[in-house]
Amino acid sequence: MSAATTAVPAAAEAARGTRRRAPLSDRRRQEARLGLLLASPAIVVLLAVVGYPILQAVWDSLFNYKLTNPDARSFVGLGNYGLILSDPIWWQALGVTVLITVVTVVVELVLGFALALVMNNALGALRPGLRTAILIPYAIITVVSAFAFRFMFDLTSGFVNAWLPFVGDDTDWFASFGTAVTVISISEIWKTTPFISLLLLSGLAQVPGELQEAAKVDGATWWQRMRRVTIPNMKAAIMVALLFRTLDAFRIFDNIFIMTNGAAGTESVSFLAYRQTIQRLEIGIGSAVSVLLTIAVALIALMFVKGFKVNLAASTRAGR
Amino acid sequence: MRRPAVLLALALAAPLAACASADEGPPTLMWYINPDSGGQARIASECSEESGGAYRLEVTLLPRDAPSQREQLVRRLAAGDTSIDLMSIDPPFVPEFANADFLAEVPDDVADAVTQDVAEGAVAAATFDDELVVVPFWANTQLLWYRKSVAEAAGLDMTQPVTWDQVIQAAADQDVTVAVQGTRAESLTVWVNALVESAGGHVLENPEEEDPRAVVPSLDSDAGRTAAQIIADLTAAGVGGPQLSNATEDINASMFESDDAGFMVNWPFVWQRGKAGVEGGSLDQATLDDYGWAMYPQAVEGEQARPPIGGVTLGVSAFGEHQDLAFEAAQCIVQPEKQAAYYISDGNPPGSLAAFDDPEVQEEFPMADLIRESLQHAAPRPQTPFYNEVSSSIQRTWHPPRSVSPDSGPGRADTLVMDVLQGRALL
Repeated sequence: MSAATTAVPAAAEAARGTRRRAPLSDRRRQEARLGLLLASPAIVVLLAVVGYPILQAVWDSLFNYKLTNPDARSFVGLGNYGLILSDPIWWQALGVTVLITVVTVVVELVLGFALALVMNNALGALRPGLRTAILIPYAIITVVSAFAFRFMFDLTSGFVNAWLPFVGDDTDWFASFGTAVTVISISEIWKTTPFISLLLLSGLAQVPGELQEAAKVDGATWWQRMRRVTIPNMKAAIMVALLFRTLDAFRIFDNIFIMTNGAAGTESVSFLAYRQTIQRLEIGIGSAVSVLLTIAVALIALMFVKGFKVNLAASTRAGR
Repeated sequence: MRRPAVLLALALAAPLAACASADEGPPTLMWYINPDSGGQARIASECSEESGGAYRLEVTLLPRDAPSQREQLVRRLAAGDTSIDLMSIDPPFVPEFANADFLAEVPDDVADAVTQDVAEGAVAAATFDDELVVVPFWANTQLLWYRKSVAEAAGLDMTQPVTWDQVIQAAADQDVTVAVQGTRAESLTVWVNALVESAGGHVLENPEEEDPRAVVPSLDSDAGRTAAQIIADLTAAGVGGPQLSNATEDINASMFESDDAGFMVNWPFVWQRGKAGVEGGSLDQATLDDYGWAMYPQAVEGEQARPPIGGVTLGVSAFGEHQDLAFEAAQCIVQPEKQAAYYISDGNPPGSLAAFDDPEVQEEFPMADLIRESLQHAAPRPQTPFYNEVSSSIQRTWHPPRSVSPDSGPGRADTLVMDVLQGRALL
């Protein structure tokens, strides 16, 4: 972690410490007021663009409200949540979402780590070109890559069936759940592995060289150094990479929308929210699905932070 | 400081002056159109001229597919957007728009004028609760397309009505395909509805019911089971092609150009696509010469088929500021000669029966008379304000086609429609 980012928690800690010991001086108080004043536009904007829509969604989720029949809007309390949680469609969508999330994140972590190692160990002259090449898929808009994969695997326009010897020429990849979800996952992995590898590369750069050297001198093998030195020192970077990608994968929508439009049992939770809100215009139920999605995402974030037992603020202070 | 202030005032005033000058002249009517080959924009320009300065009609594009068009229009209309004057609306969504009070009431004289000499199916598709709520514009219908060589080899007399059973049997005998829209999309509902209607039934018992809890689905009936049996027979015979569960109109049109094509139900764009293929060198003239067309297959032998109807109707927004002018413009747009020209330029068949008599139409589209006849027999999809729910329920329960059987498909569909409309299930 850079010095610039470590400065903030350290300063906050120092400020807290000072407060305990002695009252703030006039200058300090003025500085604090100025800081608050400077930060307030950002806080207001954040509340407007993040807080307000979330609160509005929570409020809407308590109503039976269809956009084409606003007069019939009625308060149903938690009825929408009861309907959603008792419907097998929700659980199926949740299952599909979890499956895609787990599969893609695990594969991406392994592949991303390998690519990060390649980028980290590449010769200086090769490094910029290699990084650019590896990052290209991430630069492509998800909808565009989804179309590319759809056309690649399509029975009429695709070439995959002709290329794969173990696949019949008349295999329709998007006709059944197993194959459809495989293509969706492959496209997701192709698109976002560079992102995870970039984050892991920054983690690799943080591993102190002297520790590696010391381990080498002590006779540790490559695998031992990896397990005992590299990975433990990258814990924060791995957590951030996994957390970001898991949250991102859990919200998967574009690929499914383009490739199957939810057919063959491939609907994700985001797709379900889209179907209720945009297609059915059921603002109440759609908002409730979105709120449940937000809660699930928050739980995942909490799980990662607690599960990894990484205190980013503490580790940065230690790093200083 | 004074000089910059003057400059600033001028800079602020300039755009306002421009706005003021733009407001002068005839009012501008905004027509939200579905994408086409430019025909609607041309009609807008012609009508602007013909109005003699009463209005200026401008077009703006909606998304490509009908459900997305609906979504955008509904969002705007629900917000009371006054920028919309005219809308090109896909017929199945008309009742929802009417029920939500998004449409201006069609004056009686306009209703009389725009239904004169118009195909019955097109008028039915523009009607909700026994009232004309939109202006019928162009109308589309599906035909049974076939390869003459295949039908001949199979011994089918295509001058007489044929049944689905005959088509499936002929395709199986000749080892060719029957291209149908099996993808989980609106086109699947179009197919199912046509089968049910052709078998003498309906998807809903009371489509015009405005209370969702009172809507009665009726797929679990003899007609619904007949429809499901046809789909089951088609998949059992293996003639739907390997891509059946993802087959769209475009995919099928493409499949019909291949060597193992036999039959296909599809919209008339197939013909123009074939001609363009010949001109572009991607299709042999001999293949196009082998194209044949007939009335939509019968579900029950001897019973008149009820082909699907599509197209576009013109709705006048209830929130527009120039509704009278918008109805005037709509009447201009649907003139038979304009529809004929639109058919020739864009390939979209007219709702006006008179437009089919245009000599150029007759020359350009040898199947024009059949389309006119088909439009007269066509049955619209359920004219319900809850069409989206009904259609999505059918798509969910009748997809993939190989899963459909008379014992399960219709019953499951009815249950889901009822559960969804009564707020007991998600969709």
